[in-house]
Amino acid sequence: MVPVSYRVARRRRETHDSWTLELEPAGDAAAEPFAPGQFAMLYAFGKGEVPISVSALPLVHTIRAVGVVSAALCDARKGDVLGVRGPFGTAWPVEAAEGADVVVLTGGIGLAPLRPVVHHLLANRERYGRVVVLYGGRSPEELLYTAELERWRGRFDVEVHVAVDQAAAGWHGRVGVVTTLVPRADFDPAHTVAMICGPEVMMRFAVAALQERGVPAEAIFVSLERSMKCAIRLCGHCQLGPEFICHDGPVFPWDRVEPLLRVREL
Amino acid sequence: MQTIDELLGDIDVFRGLADDHLDLIAGCAQNRTFTAGDRLLTENEQANTFYAIRHGTVALETFVPQRGAVTMETLHGGDVLGWSWLFPPYRTMFDARALGVVRAIAFDGACLRGKCDEDPQLGYVLMKRFAEVMVERLQATRLRLLDVYGQVPGR
Repeated sequence: MVPVSYRVARRRRETHDSWTLELEPAGDAAAEPFAPGQFAMLYAFGKGEVPISVSALPLVHTIRAVGVVSAALCDARKGDVLGVRGPFGTAWPVEAAEGADVVVLTGGIGLAPLRPVVHHLLANRERYGRVVVLYGGRSPEELLYTAELERWRGRFDVEVHVAVDQAAAGWHGRVGVVTTLVPRADFDPAHTVAMICGPEVMMRFAVAALQERGVPAEAIFVSLERSMKCAIRLCGHCQLGPEFICHDGPVFPWDRVEPLLRVREL
Repeated sequence: MQTIDELLGDIDVFRGLADDHLDLIAGCAQNRTFTAGDRLLTENEQANTFYAIRHGTVALETFVPQRGAVTMETLHGGDVLGWSWLFPPYRTMFDARALGVVRAIAFDGACLRGKCDEDPQLGYVLMKRFAEVMVERLQATRLRLLDVYGQVPGR
């Protein structure tokens, strides 16, 4: 599968190590439309490819510089050309969640793959029950999309709570682990679909907190991350037991992957 | 206007306690209101008081040289603030500062300790309730110690 050339139309710094790139086709060819939760293999020419979830539609990515390729992507300037393969993987169940309360629970860079879900929920607000966004970060300086979070919070039809692990005295928000937001959030556990994205250990505890509230395992969805190379179910780098994260995921119902995540050797 | 007994029933740590126990606890309690910046607790002072926060946000802080005050945790409506009153040497470990208007029920810890000594059943029930709060906070602290957002997944 050959990458399609995309040009960086806009770039915005999110945190000290994360950037958002808005991409547009550099020529006549364009990738198929992405759905919230799916990812692209972004190619920094001469450096390599990495999987990056779509953080807004039609094609916006938020990238954290953690290696050679992701650092090169973060360095891309307006007008630079990148390669795009995709869309790959499964999407968040936004249509299946219609009629239910929706809890979006996320931490760190994990808000990026769930941001298009929030966009969809807010654009189609009448189709959902209560909408709750719970977001955790390391510190106030490391929160993504702060202006957008403020806009979401300013609406009367969505509940947004943010918690950071540590803060200096000037911070007037909540300090604590993100899972402590769950017990007091306003949703009906029996009629809720929860979508979680963040570090795997955070997701485990987040699931526990949601289940303690009474959200059934089959109504909880997580986005998993493993080393992905081919993205087309060939190389096996991203395998989790029988599941290929690049193809069968990254979005999974919790009850399908929970037994696999308990196997420490996987 | 709600009585202290009635207000206590809305606080998680006291929810469902027997009426006679709530009466005993209410005898050591009074309503307090704080404004932004007010100290509810000061580090290394005699721990005579603890609070049940009814409304508002309280920052649990400590002063770090060259960094200033660092907020370790915030507490909110329904939370209990302070457990140093339970154990010798009865000294507070951290500062607690109101981040805005805070309405709270303040408890005289020495008064309540005395009632617990006289009524071991009340003491046992209260100790169990506070142990639950401590375990919840300990588990949350352990999770934060993992610094999960600082981890970089394999690529």
